Amino acid sequence: MPATFHNAFPLRSGRVHEVSGPASVSFAAIAGATVRSKGLWVREGWQSEQLNPIALSHFMTPADILIAQTRDQIDSLAVAEEALKDGSVGFVIIEITRPLDLREGRRLQLAAKAGRTTGLCLIPEGMGSNAAETRWNATPLFDPQRKDSTLMRWEINKNKSGTIGAWNVRWDQETRRLHVVPPAGK
Amino acid sequence: MFDGIKKRVVCMWFPRLASDRVLRARPCDGPFILTLKTSNAERIYCLNTEAERRGLHRGMSFADARAFCPDLVSHPARPEQDARFLSVLRRWATRYCPWVGREGADGLVLDVSGSTHLWDGEAAMLDDMRAHAERAGLNIRLGCANTRGAAWALAHYSNDPVDGALEQLPAAALRLDEKVISGLQRLGLRTIGDISTTARAPLARRFGSDLLLRLDQMLGVQPEPITPEAEPPHFGVRMTMSDPIGLLDDVMGVTARLLDPLCKKLKAHEMGARKLSLTLRRVDQGSQQVELRLAAAMRDPLRILPLFERGLGEVDAGFGIDQMRLEATLVEPLMMEQIGATTPRNTPDQLNDLITRIGTRIGLENVQRFLPADSHIPERGFTIAPAAYSTPEGPWVSLRPRPLLLFRPEAIAGVGSTPPERFRWRRMSLTTARVTGPERITPEWWLQDESWHTGLRDYWKVETRQGRRLWLFYTPQNPGWFVQGEFA
Repeated sequence: MPATFHNAFPLRSGRVHEVSGPASVSFAAIAGATVRSKGLWVREGWQSEQLNPIALSHFMTPADILIAQTRDQIDSLAVAEEALKDGSVGFVIIEITRPLDLREGRRLQLAAKAGRTTGLCLIPEGMGSNAAETRWNATPLFDPQRKDSTLMRWEINKNKSGTIGAWNVRWDQETRRLHVVPPAGK
Repeated sequence: MFDGIKKRVVCMWFPRLASDRVLRARPCDGPFILTLKTSNAERIYCLNTEAERRGLHRGMSFADARAFCPDLVSHPARPEQDARFLSVLRRWATRYCPWVGREGADGLVLDVSGSTHLWDGEAAMLDDMRAHAERAGLNIRLGCANTRGAAWALAHYSNDPVDGALEQLPAAALRLDEKVISGLQRLGLRTIGDISTTARAPLARRFGSDLLLRLDQMLGVQPEPITPEAEPPHFGVRMTMSDPIGLLDDVMGVTARLLDPLCKKLKAHEMGARKLSLTLRRVDQGSQQVELRLAAAMRDPLRILPLFERGLGEVDAGFGIDQMRLEATLVEPLMMEQIGATTPRNTPDQLNDLITRIGTRIGLENVQRFLPADSHIPERGFTIAPAAYSTPEGPWVSLRPRPLLLFRPEAIAGVGSTPPERFRWRRMSLTTARVTGPERITPEWWLQDESWHTGLRDYWKVETRQGRRLWLFYTPQNPGWFVQGEFA
């Protein structure tokens, strides 16, 4: 099973992916960390939830992250498209608040392809767009064995160039690596 | 040595520069003074002739002055604006000769050697200066002599502006300290004539070399340079079209033509533009401005031009645009850079261009980055600053676990000082499986913060059976449980 996971996970660059679920921000942080490049995080300015760079430093260097605070989703998409196309940032994370239509999704894909960058949309449950390369659902799991664990369940429920699957993963903060954990009871 | 032309120096003194500047804008016939707070009291900084006639003088306290004349009009002094006004006067004075320097806070000094014949002689030139100053509402006193010191002395202390007798002038005309002047007076040396006929060695021993230097400079034995101020470079270009234009391509074309000389000038001064303003004047005299704020100083026309596209697209050309003016309103030093043989793909320039492009859409201050801050309060452990005006900093240290997401504290039901066994949060019922803590954080009493008015907080990391890992806190001084963050 790990072999298929590594086919799917370091997200394919030049494409836009989607993730939903309660652990989607962690998923985005890990996905950004695997790109090992500067990144842009696009979010709408009215949101009161805030990313904490001190915790983010366990995944990547907060200095490499730029944040774009936009007025609405139209602006978010425009900024994301510009950044994806430019290619001077390695990944772009976009927080979505309403479903993308086909045109918007396709434009993001084309922009990512032009800039050879990775895009990741954080979507609310059930707001996926057809243009996405992969769609993930990430939920945190309780880990009875370890304290301070970051055990999560990642399910891939749409994949344009591969199979779907589900894995339990854990991020190691010291080595900054992702470990696939075999499910308990096996 | 060539000695064909004697050096001629004119000293302009504006004895009431500060009050004249204010009175030019709002004339006033009665007594008028400017007040400045010095040594903890409002004192007279400058005054007009009418006020002086009533017995007021500089340095007098404002309260006394008001007691002297009840109908006194006063205004606060603005020395920095006076300095700006003097630099305007300096620019005006270059109409007489190119070599103009400042003389103290209220005077100008002009080296007019060789330029007097353009004004039909010295007397005519001085008359012209006087006439212009009078028309501008300025009190002026002039002195014209062979040296800078003599010209200063004549302007300040003599009634005969052109080559007046120096011997009869008081010792204060030598531009000396108050202390030296009173010392000279104590010796009975009241005039310059007295000083110049006294033996030099004892004077130097008693008062130092400064006195003799000033005397020699006045008499022309020692040279004294006049430093002309350089005009600050102006980064603006404009183009007037014979026929109005309106198409976007045409306007972009003109912008490109304006950018070329501007960027050349920026390059010559090793400067880069940070903020550009393009003014488009329409045929109907209305004008529109397109502002461009750049994420980093730059002067490459090919890179700047596409950034204008968005702003120009929104301009309403009306019946056509017939003049365009491009100005770099904010410039920063930008050194020359050596160009390497290979240009890497991801240069900081490219990222800055991206920030600029995003900034033109959502505002440059909305593209931000995290900076570390020194505080134990979780939400103040970092700051968010505009990326264009800050540099990345580090390192980031976290001694204790911190959540990836922070939100406003959300109250949950719970009693006691240990986390509740089961609780409801965001319509989910959660069961506590493992708790870590507490970590006590006290509010920063030196800062007013509404959200910390409940006092101390005991933070717990709560791992639930359902998977969510939450950051809860308990406020012992004001019992209650809240959720403030979620861990990765």
